[in-house]
Amino acid sequence: MWQSLVTLLGPDLARLVVGLVAIMALVQVNALFLVWLERKVAGHIQLRLGPMEVGPHGILQTIVDGIKLLSKELITPRHVDWKLFVLAPIVVFIPVFSCFVVIPFSESLQIRDLNVGVLLIFAFSTFNVLAILMGGWAANNKYSLLGAIRSVAQSVAYEIPLLLVVLNVILWANSMQMSAIVEAQSRVWNAFWMPVAAVIYLICATAETNRAPFDIPEAESELVAGFHTEYSGMRFALFFLAEYSNMLIVAAVATTLFFGGWKPFPFLDFLPIPGVVWFFGKTYALIFGVIWVRWTFPRLRFDQLMNFSWKIMIPAALIHLVVYAGIIKLIR
Amino acid sequence: MASQLPEPIVEQTYYLNMGPQHPSTHGVLRLFLKLDGEYIIEADPIVGYGHRGHEKMAESHLYEQFLPNTSRMDYLSGLLFNHGYVAAVEKMTGIEVPPRAEYIRVISVELNRISSHLLWFGTYIMDLGGFTPFLYAFDDREIILDILDRITGSRLTYSYCRFGGVAKDVDDEFVRATREFIGRLRSRWDDYHNLVTKNVIFIHRTKGVGVINRETALRFGCTGPVLRGAGVAYDIRRAEPYSVYPELEFEIPTGAAGDAFDRYMVRLQEIEQSLRIIEQALERLPAGPIRGRAPRKVRPPKGEFYFAVESARGAVGFYIVSDGTGYPYRLKVRSPSLSNLQVLTETLSGTLVADTISILGSVDIVVPEIDR
Repeated sequence: MWQSLVTLLGPDLARLVVGLVAIMALVQVNALFLVWLERKVAGHIQLRLGPMEVGPHGILQTIVDGIKLLSKELITPRHVDWKLFVLAPIVVFIPVFSCFVVIPFSESLQIRDLNVGVLLIFAFSTFNVLAILMGGWAANNKYSLLGAIRSVAQSVAYEIPLLLVVLNVILWANSMQMSAIVEAQSRVWNAFWMPVAAVIYLICATAETNRAPFDIPEAESELVAGFHTEYSGMRFALFFLAEYSNMLIVAAVATTLFFGGWKPFPFLDFLPIPGVVWFFGKTYALIFGVIWVRWTFPRLRFDQLMNFSWKIMIPAALIHLVVYAGIIKLIR
Repeated sequence: MASQLPEPIVEQTYYLNMGPQHPSTHGVLRLFLKLDGEYIIEADPIVGYGHRGHEKMAESHLYEQFLPNTSRMDYLSGLLFNHGYVAAVEKMTGIEVPPRAEYIRVISVELNRISSHLLWFGTYIMDLGGFTPFLYAFDDREIILDILDRITGSRLTYSYCRFGGVAKDVDDEFVRATREFIGRLRSRWDDYHNLVTKNVIFIHRTKGVGVINRETALRFGCTGPVLRGAGVAYDIRRAEPYSVYPELEFEIPTGAAGDAFDRYMVRLQEIEQSLRIIEQALERLPAGPIRGRAPRKVRPPKGEFYFAVESARGAVGFYIVSDGTGYPYRLKVRSPSLSNLQVLTETLSGTLVADTISILGSVDIVVPEIDR
């Protein structure tokens, strides 16, 4: 019986294990690179150089910082709810692994092409806010709690328009399978024929990842460090790592849903560039944009942020959905 | 005003001690907040964490020895405090100051005012969550510090003024560097306005936030940009002219609504006015001595004396009681930030936690000047 099970699951199991190891490597390398990139871009925007000391142009700076964080003592303050406190940085990592499973990095480079790929991504990315709430509540710190409350309200407000615009894409592709969505953009990218949806998605994605100007859960000038005020050492590093991995996820999802995934620019498809290069090129271009925004804009206030979502984004996304559903119905 | 002890706990009420260690309270200010969710019911600023007893120290120091203390009260506009103290003692004793020294004082003091406003500009945007303007402002401020370093020998806590003049003469290099700086800062206005003033988020965060109207500002004795932002064109340089300000042309920028945006605009326009003053003063800079005749040990006549100058934050007054010896019998400093801070008890209630930071920043306090 075991024999038959292994032969049945063997290839799949092997694929899954290899895939997860690859994701783990990708997440780490991405975080190392993105932290460096962010500091470098921020530096040049702000008329300075950023990290320069470790390695050429400071490229090894993040590795050194990582070693420092790893070697620090894990401090659990006495007044915290330690079970939740310890669990939160681990929970924040669950969506990171789950979401990458369905993302098509190229035509063949995809771990599992589930027929509910989009649904899985958005279901799992909600774990993020759970972890923040756990961390903020368990820390038993007033700033942390305020940060956690803000984070939950913000996530609820921004997930609705996010899902509403993604529905347009699903309608157009007539499928929730990631590969089918990419296929549906062979001729024209979704970003070109539904630009409003793409913009709404990008704004919501920025808010979802708690990036400036929507970084109110960890607004350091108001709430010290928000939900992770009490965290230090590697536990803090896990939150930090998750933030950059989430950036990669939302940018990768945006690439897949709106910017043609691994497909080249339609007028450049004669070039012998593999799909995976196109995919990461587009993804990191989007991430660069997000970094640029962070170092340019001040932060929104909490109530302004909520008003913006409920009064502008959600109605806009609803109208957009109705209009495009009609158009798609007519075309078909 | 809220008491420091919590009242019987009401459900939903949340007490938050913001400070004395907090990234945005600009030093060791403690704000005791009573919150309903994120809304502030009561705010109570508690001062005194940086008290060093400068006023008491004055009583055991010679008038000359107290000079370095003045720049350590308001560390961002040390020269202005220097000037206020020295001018007060000069008026008491009747020491003449040669015109060249007066002009040098005005130039250096206005440079100091610009550097203080630039630092405020940077940190205020940082309080609102924007990082980049901070470094732009510091880039410009660095040049002022270098210029002042050449003539005063220090970058922050100056002791440049002397009874009857200034410590060191300025040279051609100073004049050239200052002129170059004026051109440079003017060329930067476009950057500042595009990056900050015209930014939609910035406007939303400051327009209509933290309104301190005319009546409130006058009632609490506010001065400086807080008062001028509320529409009162009161500036000691015009109201009670001193030094060579009557000979120089400049305007007093005012706001209308008295909100954070008005205070911001008033400060930016003041930088421009200070540049105008420096330009004119450099044109007219007369030749001659930089020190008048002053006794080695100043002994002001018996009596009480008050003299005020306009610092970057408002009116700085020195009230000195002399008993005819070389030591002041009593020295009291009227510092602008203390009055400006008191308004917060009224302005903060009903606002959000995020606005607390915005309003506190827009008032521009320097805590060591409050605590002295």
